Amino acid sequence: MLAIKLAYRNLVGAGLRTWLNVIVLAFVLFMIIWHYGILDGWNEQANRDMQAWEVGNGQYWQENYDPYDFFTLEDSHAEIPDVLQKATVEGIVTPILLTQASVYPDGRIQSMLLKGIKPDQKVIAIPSAELNIESEEIPAVIGKRMAKNCKLKVGDITTIRWRDINGTFDAAEVKIVNVFDCNVPSIDGGQMYIHINTLQKMMQAPNEATMFIIGEDYDMSEDISGWVYKEFDFLMTEMNEMMKMKKVGGSFMYFILMLLAMLAIFDTQVLSIFRRQKEIGTYIAMGMTRTQVVSLFTVEGAMHAILAVIFIGIVGTPLLIWLMSIGMTMPAGTDDMGIAIADTIYPVYGAGLIIGTSLLVFVITLIVSYLPARKISKMKPTDAIKGKIQ
Amino acid sequence: MEQNTLITIDNLVKRFPVGKGEFTALNGINLTINPGEFTGIVGPSGSGKTTLLNIIGSLDNATEGDAVVMGESTSNLSLKSAAKLRRKHLGFIFQTYNLLPVYTVYENVEFPLLLLNMSGAERKKAVMDALNWVGITDKVKSRPAQLSGGECQRVAIARAMVKKPVIVLADEPTANLDAANSHNILKMMLKLNEELKTTFIFATHDDKVIKYLKRKISLEDGKVVKDELTKVKGE
Repeated sequence: MLAIKLAYRNLVGAGLRTWLNVIVLAFVLFMIIWHYGILDGWNEQANRDMQAWEVGNGQYWQENYDPYDFFTLEDSHAEIPDVLQKATVEGIVTPILLTQASVYPDGRIQSMLLKGIKPDQKVIAIPSAELNIESEEIPAVIGKRMAKNCKLKVGDITTIRWRDINGTFDAAEVKIVNVFDCNVPSIDGGQMYIHINTLQKMMQAPNEATMFIIGEDYDMSEDISGWVYKEFDFLMTEMNEMMKMKKVGGSFMYFILMLLAMLAIFDTQVLSIFRRQKEIGTYIAMGMTRTQVVSLFTVEGAMHAILAVIFIGIVGTPLLIWLMSIGMTMPAGTDDMGIAIADTIYPVYGAGLIIGTSLLVFVITLIVSYLPARKISKMKPTDAIKGKIQ
Repeated sequence: MEQNTLITIDNLVKRFPVGKGEFTALNGINLTINPGEFTGIVGPSGSGKTTLLNIIGSLDNATEGDAVVMGESTSNLSLKSAAKLRRKHLGFIFQTYNLLPVYTVYENVEFPLLLLNMSGAERKKAVMDALNWVGITDKVKSRPAQLSGGECQRVAIARAMVKKPVIVLADEPTANLDAANSHNILKMMLKLNEELKTTFIFATHDDKVIKYLKRKISLEDGKVVKDELTKVKGE
């Protein structure tokens, strides 16, 4: 208690020197909280968007389907089983049929994944309702990335070519009826959505699907022969691993920032012990034990971290809240990385993040304050009183 | 040891390593100091005054012999016990004042009482009393850098006296002061010695201090060459 009281007095008395250290530490603390907040916010947004647009609450895959092997697509569709047919009618799952195809925008050829989807589905956010539009051509919906790559826009008519289940090539005209804007590149780039019934006819695969996306309230207790259930967490594995990697990469920056802050504290402590030798001698002459003096210097150093947390609490909190409200605009082209990323990421600051980061900074500050303070215990008080460099 | 004796120094030797050899700072000192004395250890530079004062103050250890302070052998004291002796019973006044630069006058004087875990109210009363003794109550909020040398030394005296120690050890307390300030400071210490019965032990070669002493112990080359009672001339 005495060490805390005296350390507080010393720090307040030291004025600018204290505040410079506190501001450096507070800046590091702020950067760590904010940056981790951005990553957490990104993670949350990506999870939310991927759930809403792509993975739903889980999926059933036809047993041959492998999303990393396009050659499996020919054999990875099967007749819709009764139980999923019933759920589809109820609107709690939606079937998707996939096949490889090519599109010919302006005479150029481009490979793509052709997806059949029910227009009346509400399980994922793809604006499929417009696939019901009456048209001579096949109505098709694409995402903004596909539209950009193929230079297509709403109303454009283009040719697509595909192979049916017998391997025969066929072609038809499609009309772009909607270009949707979403943050999930994996359902957009190189993909085109048409009515599932149309695609079934095109592939000569009536009432067949490659996968089912599960919505809310679906009971997944039943095993379905020929179909493999993929739970939500599995479908998010890649995304979560990527976020983990981002955090590890970010940690390197925090390490450097932390190192700079700790260097400032260490430097201050070392300087203090040389510059304040007379003071140390005086403490000892007045009856403080060496352990008390070492504790005082350690607490003094560690108190920088406490003041930094208080500083962040007072100055940083409104700033963090403001940054949370305006978010961080991501630079153009960021979504080329293939991760679901919104135009603006809103940071999320969890209690664990704030308390954990503050504790980490506190413990490290305590250690770097203690290390030079140990030198005091080796000082001769008679020399210290005179301020002799030892 | 006489019952009345406050400090007994018995055949005290202190040697310091110098290069490959040794320098003998104190060589067979024998002394007794009684409560309430206003004593000075006098002698030229290098005679061993400060070393003797440091050993009495348990800041340093004897190489041979012993200094018994208030019944405690300083040679056998652990660091913790030595700190306790200093904290409770000893006050120090230094040539360069050694005030804590970031503290105010009030906080500097309060410091020894914080170490004694006194309550806030007790501390406040004791600090104001001490500042009253030295006549510096108008500067309680000033920091040492804002004070003159004389004022700093008065604060240092208040800090040494605030806990009403049994012994005050003053090492060249007037070395950085002009004549007028030196006399004022010494008169003040003499008054405190008479009123509070505090034992003052000075290490000095300053004539201004010497003429206030009631007992003068002369050191030369680490040996006591003269120990005499004197009449205070400074008043």
